[in-house]
Amino acid sequence: MSLWEYANPKKFLATSERVLPAFWALSGLCLVVGLVWGFFFTPDDFRQGSTVKIIYLHVPSALMAINAWLMMLVASLIWLVRRHHVSALAARAAAPVGVAMTLIALVTGAIWGQPMWGTWWAWDPRLTSFLILFLFYLGYIALWAAIDNPDTAADLTSVLCLVGSVFALLSRYAVNFWNQGLHQGASLSLDKEKNVADVFYQPLLVCIAGFVLLFVALVLYRTGTEIRARRMRALIARERAGAA
Amino acid sequence: MMPDLGKYADTVLSAYAASIVLLVALVALSLWRGRRVRADLRAIEARMRRDG
Repeated sequence: MSLWEYANPKKFLATSERVLPAFWALSGLCLVVGLVWGFFFTPDDFRQGSTVKIIYLHVPSALMAINAWLMMLVASLIWLVRRHHVSALAARAAAPVGVAMTLIALVTGAIWGQPMWGTWWAWDPRLTSFLILFLFYLGYIALWAAIDNPDTAADLTSVLCLVGSVFALLSRYAVNFWNQGLHQGASLSLDKEKNVADVFYQPLLVCIAGFVLLFVALVLYRTGTEIRARRMRALIARERAGAA
Repeated sequence: MMPDLGKYADTVLSAYAASIVLLVALVALSLWRGRRVRADLRAIEARMRRDG
């Protein structure tokens, strides 16, 4: 059994339909438990007050905004090297999920920033690279929609994805690179000393698990939709060719 | 049951409301498009079988 078997659309659809209910259920469970735990049962931070509760949405969505693009990068590379249609369609399916995650990170960041920094927005390295990542997502989606030939669209969007990866990585490491701006360093680290306090850390991990599982569920479901849409376009083209 | 959010109540609640609306919209739109494409494909396949 090889991973490449899932490059077969029929095999992909059959497997994803089998595992999807578990992903939907687990993501819903983790999100409800994590958000309820974080919102209702964690204390206020001594400096940030109750705004610290925004961490349970802001950090997981920002994490997924970056990782969704990295997943698209891997899928795009597979398309460019091995020409598997399912991988190109998986990258296409992930883009709207990534754009929503980026938007949530930007909106919650602005709402959080206003009382803490005294401004909704600053041209800080991390905020700016995140905004550029958001624009890359929109450009990626627009490019897919603008090109009729699906293989050409997959080629061009894959190249765009490679270029945009610079900003995906930059938005993760911008704080470390420039060491300036309003945004603090990463909330999660392998170094326990640098992590947020345990009382916030545990529900945060559950929320991150919920966001990751939701991302997987949405990408599996949406990739199935893209596979069916592609088959539908092929059948319509065949029908028209037969009628002509 | 509702925790005391103090002077930041509007900030916290608006962040949660905006995020939940975006997440629900993302899931709802994905499911809606998925169902529509599935139904359209079924109709085309049935028509092609019927017409040979």
